[in-house]
Amino acid sequence: MESVNELLTISPIVIIGFAGLFVMMLDAFTGNARWSFYASLFFCLAALAGAVQNVLGPTGTSFYSLVYYGGTASFGAVLVLTGTLFSLCLSKDYLEQTGNHIAEVYSLVLFAAFGMLLLVQANHMIVLFLGIESMSIALYALAGLLRDQKKSVEAALKYFLLGAFSTGFLLYGIALLYGSTGSLALPEIAEASDKGVMYWAGVGLLFTGFFFKVSAVPFHMWTPDVYQGSPTTVTAFMATASKSAAFVAFILVLSRALPDTSQQWQEVLWIFAVFTMVIGNLLALVQENIKRMLAYSSIAHAGYIMVGLAATSGAAYSAVLYYLFAYTLMNVGAFGVVAYYECHKNCDFTEIKNYAGLGFKKPIMGILMSVFLFSMVGIPPFAGFIGKYRVFAAAIDEGLISLVIIGVLASAISVYYYLSVLVYLYMKEDETGMVMKRPSTLYSLALIILALLTIYFGVHPGLLTDFLGSFYSVTW
Amino acid sequence: MLEQYIPIFILIALAVLIAVAFIILSYLLGPARPNKPKLGPYESGMDPIGQAKERYSVGFYIIAMEFIVFDLEVVFIYPWAVRYQEFGPGTLWAMVLFITILLLGLVYTLKKGSFKWDMLPGSPAK
Amino acid sequence: MDAYVHLVPWIIALPLVGFLLNGLFGLAFESYRDRKNLIGAIATSAVFFPFLIALYLFFAMSGDSEAASVSLFTWMQAGDFSVDIAYRLDQLSILMTLVVTGVGALIHLYSVGYMADDEGFWKFFAFMNLFIFAMLNLVLADNMLLLFLGWEGVGLCSYLLIGFWYTDMAKSDAAKKAFLYNRVGDFAFLIAMFLVFQITGSLRFQDILDSAYLFSTDQAFLVGALIFIGATGKSAQIPLFVWLPDAMAGPTSVSALIHAATMVTSGIYVISRLSPLYMMSPELMLIVAVIGALTALVAATIALTRYDIKAVLAYSTVSQLGFMFLALGSGAFVAAMFHVVTHAFFKACLFLGSGSVIHAMHHVEHKLHKTNPDVHFDPQDMRFMGGLRAYLPSTYKTFLIATIAIAGIPPLAGFFSKDEILVMTFNAGAGVYGSIYYVLWAMAMLTAFMTAFYMFRLTFGIFHGSFRLPKLIEGAKDSAKLLHESPWTMTSVLWGLAVLSVIGGFIGIPNFVVATFTGTADVNLLSNWLDKVTLDADLILSKQVEWMLLSGSVLVASLGIFVAYKKYGNQEPVAEDEAVAARFGPLYSLWNKKYLFDEMYEGGIVRPVVRFSDRVLAVFDIRAIDGFVNFIASFVRFFGHLARYLQTGMIQTYAYGMVIGVVLILYLLIIR
Repeated sequence: MESVNELLTISPIVIIGFAGLFVMMLDAFTGNARWSFYASLFFCLAALAGAVQNVLGPTGTSFYSLVYYGGTASFGAVLVLTGTLFSLCLSKDYLEQTGNHIAEVYSLVLFAAFGMLLLVQANHMIVLFLGIESMSIALYALAGLLRDQKKSVEAALKYFLLGAFSTGFLLYGIALLYGSTGSLALPEIAEASDKGVMYWAGVGLLFTGFFFKVSAVPFHMWTPDVYQGSPTTVTAFMATASKSAAFVAFILVLSRALPDTSQQWQEVLWIFAVFTMVIGNLLALVQENIKRMLAYSSIAHAGYIMVGLAATSGAAYSAVLYYLFAYTLMNVGAFGVVAYYECHKNCDFTEIKNYAGLGFKKPIMGILMSVFLFSMVGIPPFAGFIGKYRVFAAAIDEGLISLVIIGVLASAISVYYYLSVLVYLYMKEDETGMVMKRPSTLYSLALIILALLTIYFGVHPGLLTDFLGSFYSVTW
Repeated sequence: MLEQYIPIFILIALAVLIAVAFIILSYLLGPARPNKPKLGPYESGMDPIGQAKERYSVGFYIIAMEFIVFDLEVVFIYPWAVRYQEFGPGTLWAMVLFITILLLGLVYTLKKGSFKWDMLPGSPAK
Repeated sequence: MDAYVHLVPWIIALPLVGFLLNGLFGLAFESYRDRKNLIGAIATSAVFFPFLIALYLFFAMSGDSEAASVSLFTWMQAGDFSVDIAYRLDQLSILMTLVVTGVGALIHLYSVGYMADDEGFWKFFAFMNLFIFAMLNLVLADNMLLLFLGWEGVGLCSYLLIGFWYTDMAKSDAAKKAFLYNRVGDFAFLIAMFLVFQITGSLRFQDILDSAYLFSTDQAFLVGALIFIGATGKSAQIPLFVWLPDAMAGPTSVSALIHAATMVTSGIYVISRLSPLYMMSPELMLIVAVIGALTALVAATIALTRYDIKAVLAYSTVSQLGFMFLALGSGAFVAAMFHVVTHAFFKACLFLGSGSVIHAMHHVEHKLHKTNPDVHFDPQDMRFMGGLRAYLPSTYKTFLIATIAIAGIPPLAGFFSKDEILVMTFNAGAGVYGSIYYVLWAMAMLTAFMTAFYMFRLTFGIFHGSFRLPKLIEGAKDSAKLLHESPWTMTSVLWGLAVLSVIGGFIGIPNFVVATFTGTADVNLLSNWLDKVTLDADLILSKQVEWMLLSGSVLVASLGIFVAYKKYGNQEPVAEDEAVAARFGPLYSLWNKKYLFDEMYEGGIVRPVVRFSDRVLAVFDIRAIDGFVNFIASFVRFFGHLARYLQTGMIQTYAYGMVIGVVLILYLLIIR
């Protein structure tokens, strides 16, 4: 029974890993992508249930202290699976309409999610590395899914090369940490006494690896190309689930492996948060392609989240978890609406200028887009506002006032480019006169649920914030 | 701290030394009498036509990848088999799982037609 | 009460659900918009079921039940300041809830017939449900901030519904006017809220009332006056009443629900809610009473001169609201609430009756217009009506009943409530500033006379005499044949409200009437019901004086009806009005021009402000503010374009960027 209980602590990982293989076999023997779709939805829901159960349960380690469960780690699993589930819901219609409904998408998404789950539950550097690599390799393949399009192939190759490059740094960082501390388990790294040059080089290279995965400036340059080149619903998956996973793992590494040296590395996060917020927002400002704009906006969001990491307090970490949740909801939603528009082939709906007047043609879609964009700007009563507010408030409590001022100024810039989409949707006249399709029930239901959750967690954040705060009320 | 790495450094130094020594020695000792046919890509064949950047059918790559997969499998199984007595029977199941997963991959590629060369894109038959 | 209070959120939630269902489905599916029966059923039951819940709560409560509140969640929190989404159940709030949902449900039902041909049917019912939701938030709120949310919410719905036919410029202007005048009052209300929080440290009504002793007399005056300014906006009192007559641009059922029965009484509700605060300052009470009496008189005189039947009713509403404020100012909070209830019944009945008349006249115009495109007339103008009682029998009977009720003839509803107000005003004459209250009483008596007069002028003008349209308009000879009674969904509602107008007064029979015959009596149900929540002035008049006042008010009302009958009974209203105008001379033309209130605002405020904005602010805005903002924007965009050069698209650059990052990280961690 002991081993069954141990398996339950990693139930999302087991379920999703099995699901990936199962869906792959389903495709091999039936060749019907729809079955793969429904199977992956089912397994995703099951894994989500497992993750939720773990979140509500106690924290601890299992499998010879290789994995960590409960609390932040299992909430990370919830984040990953939420992102996965909703982007899967949107994928079928989008891929069918754009003629790319290949069953491999689902197994690749599931394999990537498997890696992410491993990443968030890692208590050991090897598991962490395993997670990052399983995730990345699946994502490289997903980025190149539209192999008859140059942009997609280019994106995949760039992503792969740079990813391999950053993996080298990460691995070397792990090796150096092992060399200086004599252990790969996160809590044991924290206990090591020798903090020499090798230790700091290891920490620095480890940061490099994470900065690449969360696309912090200047490790961000792959992001817009990859987000633009990938199928939009896959982009939604990459932008939310992989980023959440990387950030949660980053939090766990910072708070469990490097808690005593926060004085020194805090400054690194400070500086890179500034770069990320400022450059991300500035570049988003001049984009004309909505997917690139959202890519840069996700870079800017990573910057805000890094403000929370730089604060290094329990309150800040729980605020970051809330932010990631809000971020997942609104980003999948925004990409989902973009994907809906893209289903109309006779016009390139990734160009913002082609959105003229669409808000009135499909009022519900317009309202949904407005909800998601307003939430991204951080306007109450949407979840994005609460997330940003809590992250900045936690940073102020830790005395990072100048950092927060830069953050607020940077996010003031963001109002411009988010609202310019709405300007096109509502204040420009549509000249094409094209007829818009009706989205399927599942598709619109998924988007409406996302919007309702965005509003709900903006109006009534208390329950979740209290719960997330409880992760950090006890010290490890 | 670094003392323990001294053997490694010695090894690296030796490796570099030997490699460089061989290059220099072959340059010094070997007779060099070049003429045109000798410098051609195939010393006694035809002159090549077209470019060197020839495209190969993707089938080659797929077969190669499958080989790598099984190479890796051997890399894992071999040391495990040698030390099996110490690891105990529980690890057998782990290895069975590992092999099963790889097997599923093989089944997948077979079902997708990785050996049906005439079906692959870029094959001459198509 | 704690056992029942958990039902209150359902009362609030159902109209919201109705709004969301009709609003979202209507927005999303065009085919849904044509399913009018379904839309109407959803909207009506979204109001009717809350009414049933409220009724259940009402019977579960008694006069001495303790107030209870239910908190759904913390809405906002900052330091010591914390506000919950919380609802308060007590005698006052349940009374208002009953009126809002009861009358609201009837008017929803009526609207199903009235709006049947309108394209925006779904939108109309979505807005109506939203209004009920906001209004219930207003009356059930446990704290001032939630009340203010409802307060603004009803303002928004009022705006949306006045401008419901927004393609007509005049109507959308009327909506804007209503919104802006309300904003003036809302601003004062906000400041009052800040002051209350500063003084008591809480916005919950329970805390405010429990700590009323913290207020000095001056503070009570200031806070009360600011809230009263807010109330003059929402409840259309001098000087902010001018929006209400214009608000009649909306559909008639909106006028009945929002601009007669419910929203406009919210000012009276708020002041009753805070009655202990008001009772602390006699000066404040006097101001409220004077404004109320003045408004009542001014509006009544304007109503004498109107031909638009909805305008007459609108000014009559303003006048009756003035009565309610007079009651508040005389310390008769129960009487004010009593008049709120009875007025809701008979004024809703009158408005819906006028809606039925307009419906019929509109139909006539529509038909005539088809055969002869040149025919145009205003279907709301009394001068084209007359003799309609033969064609619209149900409408006529119910309209007449409601008219008698508003005129104040016993034993109909309006008589009891109006008489109680008059008695209490006279009663206040014994207190501080007594002599002024006697003057106010006299003004109120005069207004009561005029009320009876202009209401019967209206009734006679519409229903008696002969049908004047064929005489006045070419090509409308046989138009009388085109008149028809409204469908049963509409008339049944009229009858329902007429019955309520008849019996509604019995909840507040004055104690002295029965006491005269039995010695003592305790028959005033409403007074007992509200005893715990409002702080009324003591009644010190003797029974004889009360009887005299009662007979006086009956006499005055009868006189008004008699004079109206003599002048308008079977005559042409236009000629008679000219005779009246000749007798009153310049006074009449002042009434006719509505005391030039609109012109004063136009000349005194609007035009100077517009001129100032045009010449000074606009220039400053364009040159300085926009210039600065545009400068910042292009400055930032410039950097954006600059940063773009880094994004070359070449993987070498990307890798190079990463290496720089790594070097920076290692520098920060190792070297420094």
